[in-house]
Amino acid sequence: MTIQTEVKELHAPGHRACPGCGCAIAVKLILRETGPNTIVVSPTGCLETFTSPFRGSSWEVPWIHSLFENAPAIATGVLAGLNSKGNVDGTKVVAIGGDGGTYDIGMGALSGMFERKDDILYICYDNEAYMNTGIQGSSATPLGAGTTTTPVVGDSFGKMVSKKDLLAIALAHDVPYVATASIANPADLKKKVRKGMDNPGPAFILMLTPCNLGWGFEPEDTVELARKAISTGLFPIVEFENGRLVSAQKIKPVPVEEYLKPQKRYQHLYKKENFNEVLKAIQEKADRNIEKYDLAKDRN
Amino acid sequence: MDLPLGGVCKAGESRKLETGKWRSFRPVVDKAKCIKCGRCAEFCPDSCMEIKEDGAEVNLYYCKGCLICMRECPVDAITKEVEEK
Amino acid sequence: MKGKTAILEGSRAVAEAVRACRPDVISVYPITPQTHILEDLARFVSSGKLKSQFVRADSEFSAASIVYGASAAGARAYTASASQGLLLMNEVIYAMASTRLPVVLTAVNRAISAPITIQPDHQDTMSLRDTGALQIHVESMQEAYDAHVQSFRIAEDPDVQLPLMVCMDGWVISHSYEPVTVFPDEAVAEFAGSFTPVQKLDPSNPLTYGAYADQDVLMEYRYAMMIAQEKAKDKIRSVTKEYRDVFGNFDGDLLDTHCTEDAEVVLVAMGSMVSTIRAAVDELRSEGRKVGLVKVRTFRPFPREEIIAACGKAPVVAVLDKSLSVNSGGILATEVKSAFYGGSSQPVIVPFIAGLGGKEVNRRVIKEIVDIASRAAEKQGARETVWMGLDRSFFS
Repeated sequence: MTIQTEVKELHAPGHRACPGCGCAIAVKLILRETGPNTIVVSPTGCLETFTSPFRGSSWEVPWIHSLFENAPAIATGVLAGLNSKGNVDGTKVVAIGGDGGTYDIGMGALSGMFERKDDILYICYDNEAYMNTGIQGSSATPLGAGTTTTPVVGDSFGKMVSKKDLLAIALAHDVPYVATASIANPADLKKKVRKGMDNPGPAFILMLTPCNLGWGFEPEDTVELARKAISTGLFPIVEFENGRLVSAQKIKPVPVEEYLKPQKRYQHLYKKENFNEVLKAIQEKADRNIEKYDLAKDRN
Repeated sequence: MDLPLGGVCKAGESRKLETGKWRSFRPVVDKAKCIKCGRCAEFCPDSCMEIKEDGAEVNLYYCKGCLICMRECPVDAITKEVEEK
Repeated sequence: MKGKTAILEGSRAVAEAVRACRPDVISVYPITPQTHILEDLARFVSSGKLKSQFVRADSEFSAASIVYGASAAGARAYTASASQGLLLMNEVIYAMASTRLPVVLTAVNRAISAPITIQPDHQDTMSLRDTGALQIHVESMQEAYDAHVQSFRIAEDPDVQLPLMVCMDGWVISHSYEPVTVFPDEAVAEFAGSFTPVQKLDPSNPLTYGAYADQDVLMEYRYAMMIAQEKAKDKIRSVTKEYRDVFGNFDGDLLDTHCTEDAEVVLVAMGSMVSTIRAAVDELRSEGRKVGLVKVRTFRPFPREEIIAACGKAPVVAVLDKSLSVNSGGILATEVKSAFYGGSSQPVIVPFIAGLGGKEVNRRVIKEIVDIASRAAEKQGARETVWMGLDRSFFS
């Protein structure tokens, strides 16, 4: 039962993330890779809220939160400030933001940062909704998922449209390093963070970070669910360098049901006949990913 | 105590918050079974696991009882018990 | 000090001042009528005359955020905007002020949509009056130059640490030409000094910017900004005085006055209108009318005591507003009335709306204002706001 009096982890314990928070796992691993010579920028969101109560910050690196829609622009500014003085220490600027602040309200600023080719690594932790404010739908909420603003009522099956493809958006901006990573594969996650940091110019990494409160599952299953997202093909682990696919984690595909059924936000899809179409659409998406990235392990 | 200029706070002050008080369940490590693979420490969202000479040890000051460690242990060395306090 | 005098466009005068103050990071997004400033700065950077990180922003929100991040990283940062762009920066400027980041910003005053217009008025900077940012309103191209040179020192002072907006009327100042004296680069750089931040983002001393706070400290943080703006008053006085000592120019500190000593009617105004009023006052004085002018130079911090002192025993004060709070009236007039409230000096205050959306305010209009104000003083009761030049045929 020991209070830590010295810095052992750059993302200090005592932070206020929900028990079992996927984002907290991700950020811990990210900072283990970035090291202390890093300035982190975050928009408003879960991460910002659980790490920065007044006089209770869990950041052991310099960190700046400004507003909801401007993390990429703040990051550009921080880097410009460092560069104006020569940045002799080679301090890296890494932005870590949630899906709300990245896919939606921060999209404009993100596009600007990509277009300028600023040497910044942007990591999006995607819990697929506005979780901090109480589970409202974002453009990252997947088809069929229930949230408070994509409710399951009558014929409405939750989110009625599919999620935005942020990888495609990053690639459309010619971002030189684009990848997905998962808390289920810590070694791969850290490797990609390193690559994103070392690669000159902008880099974008998307991480699916399951949220037990928002998705409706037991906290202990966070990592297992992240694993299932990968093995269904719904969240492929891929890597692009200069627009070319350079790696894709092979899987032994399992039906999407293994991933969807344990989550309360998808339960309604199994309760009504006319929602079968949605299940089909979700499986089709998984199949498309498997084909597109050639994810299936070769049958011997 | 003064008001920090512009709301700018010091680093790492979260370390004083005893998030261990949140627990409903606590993980219990059977050190005899522990193979010191380090996965519990890798996956713990709150950096509560330390791999010592004799096995994994939970820092109960911070442990929120999410039980991811129990779920991810490859040799089932971790079980749970109800947090009495 | 001797400088080089040339016929310069107002925007060019600003660009020269900013260049010589050596900002580390500049970020701009174009909007009429600020574009010439940013184009001049872009040329200075490309030609090597200015060593600065010149960052093209994807919107004014981003431009303001870029300089915010740069300032937090310890760099001297500058941006410029107008009208819609300033409104878009609103959220950022609130945060910038309360995070105590001393960014200098040129606000080229332009009216706000709708209808969309590029004509000047003060609505844009007025809509930022509550943010905590400082505001200096200039009356001429020369003053636009002088004020920018002064601004970095004022904003960056350890007791102040607030963003500062130098406000200048679109077209009238930004795109018109007048003789402007530009001082030697070395002297200006020395005057502006270099930015030594009180704190910054630095791995060797990690800090957390933007923590969230509760009711225990929110009011206290606002109060701290009130204190900072009061301190800014002294800083503005000392910097403008030093500027006069070094360079010889003085355009006022918190305010400036013209012929107020024995005035019976005092006109209170801001911006380019002030130079028109000076000419009108001189003409009226030559006709024997006892008229005076109080130029409000810093709208924030608002020079309450100074205005009261400058108006002296004048029985009538006419306030000219180039901005409007719908349903209420002129915003400057509201602040002036508020300053006089409860004090021993109680002149008749007559509010005028003059020049919204670029409606012309020339010497004839000023003289009409003086006449109307004098007549209003003879009546009793509340003084209705007078809308100068309003085409009433639309409302019959």
